[in-house]
Amino acid sequence: MEILLAIMIGFLYAAGIYMIMRRSIVKLILGIVLLGNGVNLLIFLLGRITKGEPPIIPGTESVIEGLYADPIPQALILTAIVISFGLQSFAIILVKRAYKVLGTDDLDQLNTTDENS
Amino acid sequence: MKTIILQTASNYLLPVLLLFSVFILLRGHYLPGGGFVGGLVAAIAFVLDAFANGINETKRVLKFHPGYFMPVGLGIAFLSAISPIVLADLPIMTGLWADGSIPVLGTIGSALFFDTGVYLVVIGAALTIIFTISESA
Amino acid sequence: MTNHIITLPLLVNLFISIILMFYWRKVRLQKIVSVAGSVLGLAVAILVFIHVYQNGTQTVASGNWSAPFGIVLVGDMLAATLILLTAISALAVSVFSTVAVINARLRFGYFSVFHFLILGLNGAFLTGDIFNLYVWFEIIIISSFVLISIGGEKNQLEGAVKYFTLNFFASMIFLTALGILYGLAGTLNMADLSAKVSQIDNQVLVEVCAILFLVGFGIKSAVFPLYFWLPASYHTPPAAVSAIFSGLLTKVGVYAMIRVFSVIFEMTPFLQTLLMVIAVLTIFSGGVGSLIQNNIRKVFSYLIICHIGFMIGGLAMFTKVAIAGVAFYLIHDIIIKTNLFLIAGLIFRMKASSSMRKIGGIYSNYPKLSLLISIPLFSLIGIPPLSGFWPKISLIIASFELKHYWFFGALIFGSFITLVIIARLWSRVFWKEQPKMDSNPKFNYFYQLSKFDKMRFVLPIVLLTIVTLYIGFGAEHIQEISTRIAEEIVNKDLYINAVLKSS
Repeated sequence: MEILLAIMIGFLYAAGIYMIMRRSIVKLILGIVLLGNGVNLLIFLLGRITKGEPPIIPGTESVIEGLYADPIPQALILTAIVISFGLQSFAIILVKRAYKVLGTDDLDQLNTTDENS
Repeated sequence: MKTIILQTASNYLLPVLLLFSVFILLRGHYLPGGGFVGGLVAAIAFVLDAFANGINETKRVLKFHPGYFMPVGLGIAFLSAISPIVLADLPIMTGLWADGSIPVLGTIGSALFFDTGVYLVVIGAALTIIFTISESA
Repeated sequence: MTNHIITLPLLVNLFISIILMFYWRKVRLQKIVSVAGSVLGLAVAILVFIHVYQNGTQTVASGNWSAPFGIVLVGDMLAATLILLTAISALAVSVFSTVAVINARLRFGYFSVFHFLILGLNGAFLTGDIFNLYVWFEIIIISSFVLISIGGEKNQLEGAVKYFTLNFFASMIFLTALGILYGLAGTLNMADLSAKVSQIDNQVLVEVCAILFLVGFGIKSAVFPLYFWLPASYHTPPAAVSAIFSGLLTKVGVYAMIRVFSVIFEMTPFLQTLLMVIAVLTIFSGGVGSLIQNNIRKVFSYLIICHIGFMIGGLAMFTKVAIAGVAFYLIHDIIIKTNLFLIAGLIFRMKASSSMRKIGGIYSNYPKLSLLISIPLFSLIGIPPLSGFWPKISLIIASFELKHYWFFGALIFGSFITLVIIARLWSRVFWKEQPKMDSNPKFNYFYQLSKFDKMRFVLPIVLLTIVTLYIGFGAEHIQEISTRIAEEIVNKDLYINAVLKSS
C-alpha cells in the first residue's frame, strides 16, 4: 500500500509539474490541481497508514489501548483541501478573465510585463 | 439544461438537500461531518437548482446576493471565537458548553456557532465563485 | 487571568474586514471605516509592542489546548516589532488607497481584502505552529491574488498569472516540506519540533526537508534564482497595492526563514554556505537588474530583491551581531519599501507615466515635495545618519568577524549600486527637464486635485518618512530592540521555554 501510494504521489508530482511547465494556460490549471492532490496524498502517506481504531478515548478510561490512527494528518489534509479549493477556483476565474482580456492561452505570449519601457 | 425531469426533481431536491446539509452541520459535533461539508452540500443544492431553473431563479430563491452570506458567517464565527475571552476570560476559541442538552441538537456550545459560521461562509464563497464563473461565460 | 493582548491585532483586523464586507458597494463608508480601522490597528499594535517590550515573550494557547498539542500564538520581540511595522504601513497605505485607488476597484471589496491581508500578516508573525504558519501564508496569498488582479487590466492580469503560478508553487513546496517534517517528527509546534528534529536518526532527510523549506520561502521572499515573478508582477497593480506587497510580502518570507532556521533546524555549515551564496548572488542580480530598468516601479522592484540579499546574508552568518543587523534592516526596509512605492504612485499621479524617459522636472514643479521624497531615497542608500546606514554597520562587523569577505564585498557593491540607481533616478526624474509629451486630457493630474485629495496623497508619505527619520536619528532605540530580537533568535531556548512552559 505504501509503495503504491508512493508511486502514485511521484506520478502526481511529475504530472503536475510537467503540466505547469506547458505553454497552455488551461494545462497550467490542470497542473495546479494535480500538484495539490499529490501534496495531500503525501501528507496522508507520511502521517503513517495504520489499520487502527479512531483515536477516541472511551468515557471510562484515560488512555487508548492498542493501535489508533493519528487524527492530525486528516485535519491537515482537510485544511489543505479547503485552501486548494479556494486557490483553484480563484485560478479558474483568473485564467478565464486573463484569456478574455489578453486573447491568448499561450503563456509564451504573456511577455508585456517583462518588456523594458 | 432545462429539462422537465430535472426541473421537477430539483424542486423537491432543494429542500431535501438543504435539510440534509443542516443535518450534517449538526451531526458534526460527535460524528464525522460539520460546517464545511454541510455548507458544500447546501451550495450544491443551490447549484443544482441553478442548473435546472437558471441562475436568476436561484438568485430569487436566495433573496440575498450570496456575497452577503460570507460576512454574516464570518461574523458568527468571530463572535463565537471571542466569546470565551468576553464571557469566561479563557484563551481565544476555547469551547464553551452549556449545561444540559437539548433534544435533536445535543449540547449547545460555542463550537456549534463556529460551525454555523463556517457553514454560511462556505455557502457564500462557493455560490459567489460559481455564479461569477457562470455569469462571465 | 490569561492575557489576551496578543490576539488583539488579529481580532481587530478580522472585525474591520467583516464590517467592510457588509458595505462592499458603499465606497465612502468603506474608506472611513478602513482608515479608522487602521488607526485602531495601529493603537493595538503599539499596545502589543509595549506589552511585549516590558513583559517579555507572551503566549496564548488558542482553544485552551496547551503547548505542543494546540495552536499557540507567540508574541516575542520579533513578532511584536513586525506587527507594529505592519500596522504603520497599513495605516499609510490605507490612507493612500482612499485617493489613489479608483472607485471601480474599491467597489470589488478592495478594503475588505486589504484588511484580510493585514490579518494574514499578523497571524503569520504571531503563530507558533508551523502548519498554522502555512494557513496564514495561504490567507496572505489569496488576499494578495485578489488585490493584484482587482480591476482586471491587461498588464495586471498578466502579472497576476505569473504571480499566482509561482506563489502557488511555493506554497505546494512549503506544504510538501511540512508533510515530510510531520512524518519525521510527529509534531507541528515549532518549539516542540526544535527538540524532536535533532533526535531524528535520518538527518539526511531533515536536511532535505530544510532545503525544501528554503526553496518554498525563497520563492516567497524572492531570492536569487527564484525571484523572476517579482519584477514581472509588482509594477502592474495600483501603487497602493504594490506598496503593501513590497513592504511586507517578501519580508514575511524572510521572517519565516528566520523563524524556521533559528528554531526548527540547526544552522549547519552547509546551510550557512548555501544561504551565503544565495545572498551574494541575490544582491548582485537585484542590483544589476535594476540598473537597466527605466520604469520607476521596476527599478524599485529590483531594489527589493537586492536588499533581500542583505537580510539573507545576515541570517546565513547567524551570530548575534549579524541577526541584530538583520532585524534592524528588516525594520528599516519594511517602512522604506512601502514608502518607495507610494512615492512611485505619487510620481505617476504627477506625470501620468512611470517611465524615466518620459518624465522629468519634478523638482522645478514641486520643490517642497521633492525635498520630502529625497529623505526616503537617501535613507534607502544608507547615507549616515539616515536609517539605511546603521544596520549595515552590524552586518559589516559580523562579516569581518566571520571572514565572509564575499558578503562584505556584496554589501558594499549593493550599497554602491543603490547609490548609483538613486542618483540616476534623482537626476532623471527630478532634475532633468520635462521632456516634451502630450498631456492626457482624461488623466486627473496631481495639480488638478482638490486640497483634501492632495493631503491624502502626501500625508502617508510624510508619516512613513517621519518613521524613517526616527529609525535613523533614534537608532539607539532601534539598535536596542534589534539586539533584544537577536538575543531571542540566537538563544532558541528562550523561545522554546516561553512556549512550552507557559502551559
